[in-house]
This record gives sequence, C-alpha cells and structure tokens, in this order.
Amino acid sequence: MLNLFLLLFIGYIGGLLLPLCFPTKPAVQNILAHGSAGLASGAGILLGVTGLFAPEPWTASVQSTIPFLSFAVRLDSLASLFVLTISVAGLAASIYAIGYVTEFYGRASIAALGALFNGFLLSMTLVVIADNGFFFLIVWELMSLLSYFLVVTEHEKAEVRYAGFFYLVMTHVGTAFIILVFLIFFQAGGSFSFEAFRHPAQPLPEGIRTLVFLMALIGFGTKAGIVPLHVWLPYAHPSAPSHISALMSGVMIKTAIYALVRVYFDFLGGQFPWWWGFIVLVIGAVSALLGVMYALMEHDLKSLLAYHSVENIGIILLGIGAGMIFQTYGFTEFAALGLLAGLYHTINHAMFKALLFLGAGSLLYATHTRNMEEYGGLLRRMPWTGAFFLIGAVSISALPPTNGFVSEWLVFQSLFLSFHLPAVLLKFMLPLAAAMLALTSVLALTCFAKAFGVSFLALPRSSHARQAEEVPITMRIAMGLLAVVCVLLGLAPMVVVPMLDRVVAPFAGLSIEGKVLALDGWALAPVNVEFSSLSTPVLALLLVALSMLGLGLVAAFGGLVKQRYYKTWGCGINLTPRMEYTATGFVQPIKRIFGAIYQPTVKLETELLEESLYFAKRRHFEFHIEPVFQKYFYDPVVACFIGMAERLRVIQRGSLHLYLAYIFVTLIVLLLFAV
Amino acid sequence: MLQAIILVVAQTIVLLAVSPFLVGLIRKVKARLQLRRGASVLQPYADLAKLFRKQPVVSTTTSWIFTATPYIVFASTLAAGLLVPIFVSRTPLDFAGNIIAVVYLLALGTFFLMLAGLDAGSPFGGMGSSREAIVASLTEPAMILSIFAIALTKGSTNLSTIVHKTALLEGIAMDPSPYLMALAALLIVALAETGRVPVDNPATHLELTMIHEAMVLEYSGRYLALIEWAASLKLAVFLSLLANVFAPWGIATTLAPTAMGIGLVVYLLKISGLAVLIGILESMFAKLRLFRVTDLLGVAFILALLGLLFFYILRS
Repeated sequence: MLNLFLLLFIGYIGGLLLPLCFPTKPAVQNILAHGSAGLASGAGILLGVTGLFAPEPWTASVQSTIPFLSFAVRLDSLASLFVLTISVAGLAASIYAIGYVTEFYGRASIAALGALFNGFLLSMTLVVIADNGFFFLIVWELMSLLSYFLVVTEHEKAEVRYAGFFYLVMTHVGTAFIILVFLIFFQAGGSFSFEAFRHPAQPLPEGIRTLVFLMALIGFGTKAGIVPLHVWLPYAHPSAPSHISALMSGVMIKTAIYALVRVYFDFLGGQFPWWWGFIVLVIGAVSALLGVMYALMEHDLKSLLAYHSVENIGIILLGIGAGMIFQTYGFTEFAALGLLAGLYHTINHAMFKALLFLGAGSLLYATHTRNMEEYGGLLRRMPWTGAFFLIGAVSISALPPTNGFVSEWLVFQSLFLSFHLPAVLLKFMLPLAAAMLALTSVLALTCFAKAFGVSFLALPRSSHARQAEEVPITMRIAMGLLAVVCVLLGLAPMVVVPMLDRVVAPFAGLSIEGKVLALDGWALAPVNVEFSSLSTPVLALLLVALSMLGLGLVAAFGGLVKQRYYKTWGCGINLTPRMEYTATGFVQPIKRIFGAIYQPTVKLETELLEESLYFAKRRHFEFHIEPVFQKYFYDPVVACFIGMAERLRVIQRGSLHLYLAYIFVTLIVLLLFAV
Repeated sequence: MLQAIILVVAQTIVLLAVSPFLVGLIRKVKARLQLRRGASVLQPYADLAKLFRKQPVVSTTTSWIFTATPYIVFASTLAAGLLVPIFVSRTPLDFAGNIIAVVYLLALGTFFLMLAGLDAGSPFGGMGSSREAIVASLTEPAMILSIFAIALTKGSTNLSTIVHKTALLEGIAMDPSPYLMALAALLIVALAETGRVPVDNPATHLELTMIHEAMVLEYSGRYLALIEWAASLKLAVFLSLLANVFAPWGIATTLAPTAMGIGLVVYLLKISGLAVLIGILESMFAKLRLFRVTDLLGVAFILALLGLLFFYILRS
C-alpha cells in the first residue's frame, strides 16, 4: 500500500516537475505531464481497490514542526472508494489531455497546465485520504486554488476571468465555514487528528452539533453546488479546459459529498435528529429539480452539463438524506440502503459526467464553439464521439439498463420505504420527493434528447459543424474507457454493491450486501424480492433478444426489402438547416409551462418592409431567463458588502502619516491588553 | 426454468397478437359512434402486413439512430410488457424489474423516438419530439405517485406481487377512495402516454396538431410497421396495467392449464372492455390545446397525491 501510495505521489509530483525541464518543447511537456499523471492515476486505481478490500484501514503519517499539523493519511473503505473514482476519472482525463491540449500549443503554457493538472489530481486524492483536520484544510485549499488557476487558463477572455473570480469568492466562503467546523471539533478534542474528531474528550452538546451540521452543509455544499449555493458552478466548470471540467464536475464536487458523509456519519457518529435528514432531503430535491430546469434552458453544451451536476448532486443527497432519516428512527438497514444508493450515484455520476464533458470537449475541439445551435449532423462526421456521448446521455437520463438507472432506482426504493416511518409528515414527503425525482429524470431525458439530437443529428447548422472531423485517437480511447466503465457499472451491480457495502457497513454497523443482492447477485432486491427487484443484466439481455425478435419479424413478414434513400420532404422546398428545430425551440413549451420558475423575458423586434405590413425585412429575437438566485439573493448580499466597504473607505486616506498613527494606536491598545 | 421460458414466450405472443386488435377495436367503436360502419377490427393486422412488405424510404439526412430506433422502441415496449402480469399473476420475469423499471423502459423508447424525430431534420419531427417531451415529463410524476399509492396497500412495488395479492383479496383496504383516486390518475396517464384524445389525436392528418405522429412522420415500410406495432403494444401495456392492478380477478394465480385458460379469456375481455371505454372517451372529448394538457395532467398528479394522502389518513 505504501508503495502504491508512493508511486502515486511520485507520479503526480513527477508530472508536475518534469515538464518544466523542457521549457521550449510543448509536445514533450504534454507527454511527460499527462503520461506521468496517467501512471499515477493507474497506481491510484490499484490503491483504491486494495484499500477497499483491505481488512484494516491503512495509515501513515509524517510529523511536522508546525503545532497540531501532521501529514497523516488514512485509507479506509470510504476514502478508497473516492480514491478509486478520482483515479479512474484522472486516468481518462490524462489520456484525453494528450490529444486535447494540442489545442493550447502556443496559446498557453503546456508545462503550467500539466503541472496544475497533476497538482489538482494529487490534491483531490489527498483530500479524501487526509486524516488530520489541519492537513485536510491545506489540501482542500490547494485543490480549490489549483482548480481556480485551471479555470482561468484562458484568462484573456473577460467572462473566464469573471467565472474564475466568482468561483474563488464562493469557494472561500465555503472554506470559511469548513474551518469553523474543524475548529469546533478541535475545541472539543484538543487535536486536529480525525481520530480525536470521532471520539472527542467530552461529547459535543446538542446545540453545537446542530451548528456543525449546518456549517458543514453550507461549507461543503458550496463546493458540491447545492441550491442556492450553486451559482458559481455553471460559470466556473465550463470555463476550464474540457478535461479539467470533466474532473471538476465529475470528481471535485464529489469530494464535498465525501466530506459530508465523513462529518455526518463518521465524526458525528450517525446520530441525528430527524430534521437534519429532512433538510438534506429537501435540498436534494430542490437542487435536482432546479438544476435540471436551468440545464434545459442552456444552449452552451458545457454550461448545460454543469447544471446537470447540480441536478445529480441533488439526487445523491436524496439518497443520503433518506438514509439519515432512517438512521434517526433506527431503521439501520434502510439507512444503509439510502447511503449506498447515494454513493452508487456518486460514482456513476463521476463516470458519466466525466464522459460527457470529454465528449463536449471533443465537440469543442472539432468545431471551436460551445454553442449547440451551431452543431448538427455531427454523428456522421464524428461517429465515435457520438456513440460515446450517446452512452453518457442514456446513462445520465437514467434509462435502463445503464448505471444511472440502477442508482436512481435504488434512490427510489429508499424513498418508497418511507411507509415504515412513524411520522406522517415524512411518510408523505418522501414519496413526494420521489415524484420530484421522477420529474427530474424525465426532464433530464428531455434535456439530453435536446443536447444529443441538436448536436449530433440532422443537418449541420454551421460551417464549423460541416468541417468537423473526428478527434485524435487518445481522446477517443479516454471516452471509450469511461463509456465501458459506465456500461459495466450498470450491468454488474453484483460487483459494485459488495464494494459499496464495505464502505457503508462501518457507518451503519451492519452489512446489507445479502439484503440488497438476490438470486446469486443477478438481481437487486432491497429488503426482499417481494417488495421490489431489478436485474439489469436480465433487462439488457431481454432488450437484445427482443430487438432480435424485431429483426426476425421483419425478415419473416416482409423479407429485408432494400431501402431507398431520399431527401427529407421540406414542404416542397429544399430542406435547409435553418428549417430544423433549434435547441431554443425544442424547450420553448417547457419554458412556457414552468414560466413561474424561469420568469423569461422575450424581446422580439420586427422591422417591416415599407411596401407591406406582412413581410418582415429583419427580425431580432432575444430571450433571457431571470437568474433568480443572483438577483434576489446574491446581488443584495454583494451590494451590502460593497456598501460597508464604501463606508470603511473613510479610514483609507492614502496618507502615510495617518497609517503610522494607526500603527501607533494599535500598538498602544495591544500593550494595554498585555498589561 | 423451461416452464418460465414457455410462459415468457406465451406472454410475448399474446401481447404481439392482441395489441393490433385493440387499436382496431378502438377505431371500430369510434366509427360506430359516428354512425359509420368502419373498417374491420382486423384492419391493423392487414396494415402491418402491408407495411412490412413495402419498400422503406429513409432520409439521406439521417444517421444510424433513425434506423435503429424502431428496433429499440419495439424491444423496450415489449420488455415493459413482459414485466406486467397479463393472464398469469406471477410472471416469470417479475424479478427483472418492478413498476419503476416498467416506467423507465417505456421512457427508453420515448427517448429514442425523440431522437429519431430530430434526426430527419424536418421541422415537424422536432415539433413532435418537443411536445412529446412535455407530455412525458408531466405524466411521469403522476404515474409514479399513483402506482406508489397502490404499492403501499400491498407492501410491494413488484407488479406480480401487487396483482397476485389483490387477486387473492389480500390487503384490500376497506375504503376504496385511494384506489379510485389512483385509478383516475392512471387512466389520465394512460390516455396521455398512449397518445389518445384529449391529449393527442392518433387519427390526425394535420402535422401542426400532431404529437406522436409528428415524431414518426418520416418513417415508412418495415420501420413504420415496428413503430406502429410498438405503439399498440404500449397501449396494451397500459390497458393491462389498469385491468390487472385494479381488477385482477379472474387472472390465473396458479399454473394449472384451466386456470390459465380462464385467465387468458378474462384478460382479453377486460382489455377489450377498456379499449371500448377509450373509444367512447375519445368520441366524447375534443383534443385539448397543448398548453391545456398541463391542466389535465396536473389533475392527474393531484389525484395521485390525494390517493396517497387518503391512504395515510385512513390508516392512521
């Protein structure tokens, strides 16, 4: 284990430093940085797998000279799961980057990009295995800062700088809350070691525990992108280079889920009042629904994907929230099921979101635009990218038999089990959350029908799309790798569930593997086969067999008549891309139906011909949706801070004498205190 | 094992054989109510046979999605049908998926139909897909909630268990109101999902009012045959759900040949009755404007919610 960890560490550090030795050769820098990162993440995959199946958590630490800080790592099953997830996504991103960063030759320093990439991966890995609060905060901050620098890679664009700044502010607000949480634990335990957090010298009083719960939710929730703290996410994630977006959306926000599970189930010992779980559940439901709704209105493919991260974090929290509620009422098995469902969705989302972002990056690489309205017909020009993107799209839309479906199905089951709960409110609210989840998943399906249909099908809508070519082999391999992982995660729950069970068991205090798997692992059956069951391998087999039946029927009833090709009928005139349904048009009915949420403003200006009132010379159409959270929540807060700063400016006179006077007064005051 | 395979094959054959008849029956009922003689109830079979033999024309704009979709839609709809008990209360494939799997298998077909609608590049296809998205997203929550209200009374989300227990009169609540609410909700959902009046008009020839028909406008020949067959299968799935979840009596609860024979006859009678009901409903109402459909589906959602609420209030 130590060897694997050292290999991982040296790999990332090597990837960070080696490219700097070849300052003038971007191609060499590229291979060194990403090859090294690939090796390190390969070691990370092995580390994760061995850690997951190790009987005892592996620990190591290096003492530092700074008080309370020790560089301690601990690889328990929860950490191993996240190391594994980070490393698989990291491996794919590394392979992908070899092809993708050729775009940046001459525009940005490849050495810097590669170094930041390696550092980012290393810091994420360290975040999930850190065993000391102080150390955790250092690597957490490192992760935030490195990702900030990666977000502003294309800093020559004003909107990228804005996105970066927004991200930096939000992430630090979050970090402030996290520091407070850790200081509370430090206060109680007298040490920053996680062991002391788990078993403080005197137990935390109830009020303080509630404070910890809320502050951890805000602090880590900011990173995870829960509504209403999600506003930075759709700006920051799309601005980064695509392989970085894949890591940020796929795995970085998951470190917050890791931390929440760590704090709630590990540090706080899984003891909570019912309303904690309820709050998590409500936040989950709202995040899921609003995330997907805003995603629907996006026509920038990467922003769309970023909003879907908000949605999926919501789905994960639905599972975890249900688990917390069951924990309160002593239904340990159901609690474990909820947590397991949430974690299953966590790894699934990491895989398909990384895949989709890499797919979006491939489109960007091939067409040089992120605007979906300029794509079209790309499946013919980029068949591999299209096929992989489709796998990702089907997975995120939770259609059987993919991985997204399996985990959403498990979340549904844990919500349905609510009829065992004694409180009528919860009995009623959990199924309602399930209904919201159903709405969310159909809207996600719509969104990806739009994204895939408008981007990859029909006629090319611009010259960019007409000239697009398939991306280099490394990028295809990376997407293919993630696509295969997605398919396997869906078809092999009998492998995944025991792994997740090892993660959940220490927190729940019991193993539910035997309760979740039935029929020798071929079916999932939470509680029992009578209540509910699902077998994705059988469903997949059934779908293949019935498609064959369809082919057989065609052959039997008609013989395979040779088909004829002809252009689409365009009402008597030749079909042009301008006649195709646009992404905006596709979601127009949804915008209208949910107008209360979107508050759309439409501006239509028509310039008519002088000769006739019936023919327009020019039309100008504009539509915006109200950024509700920014307008009613963030803008007032920001305005308040700026107002306070304005007032305080009075003391900043720019006169050296005045500042010297301040220093003098401060000194006197401090001396008075000292006496 | 062998028995299970035979049952699955038998269910496949029954579903495939019966579904076009339901479409023919609805058309016949509507024709009679309009004082027309109407085509024979067997006309859909002749249509399918004709379409299978015709040469399909495929748009040069399309990709492989367009030609693969009919097979995917056919397979996913039929797979959903195999998870619903029809004449035997315990289907052998029951373990493969509960009611959520049925809903999501149908969604898989919808997803690919939406893609196929966009693939040909015609504005009508896109319009159909966009509208289908609306109908699908508004029906799904109502469907999940109404089924959950039923599932609660039986302590199971597996269709076979629900049907089997109801057939044996186990766990029947004294007060029928949750059932009635859920039944009404599911009936509206069924009308919307299968593209029936008042949500969609399957007989329309005007592209601007189409939903489902607009999506499949570019299909012809064997592809259209598969799509039409899948659409009638979807109808059969929903009618079977309505019939067997709410009134499964008569269904074979054992595997005795006589019981299965009776089960099959009773099943055919029940779904024929429901098809006649749909024919009557279609004749009574006009198609709603698209943005009025939200109200109808909102009603379905509220009904399902009330069903759930009634269940808890009556039990506590």
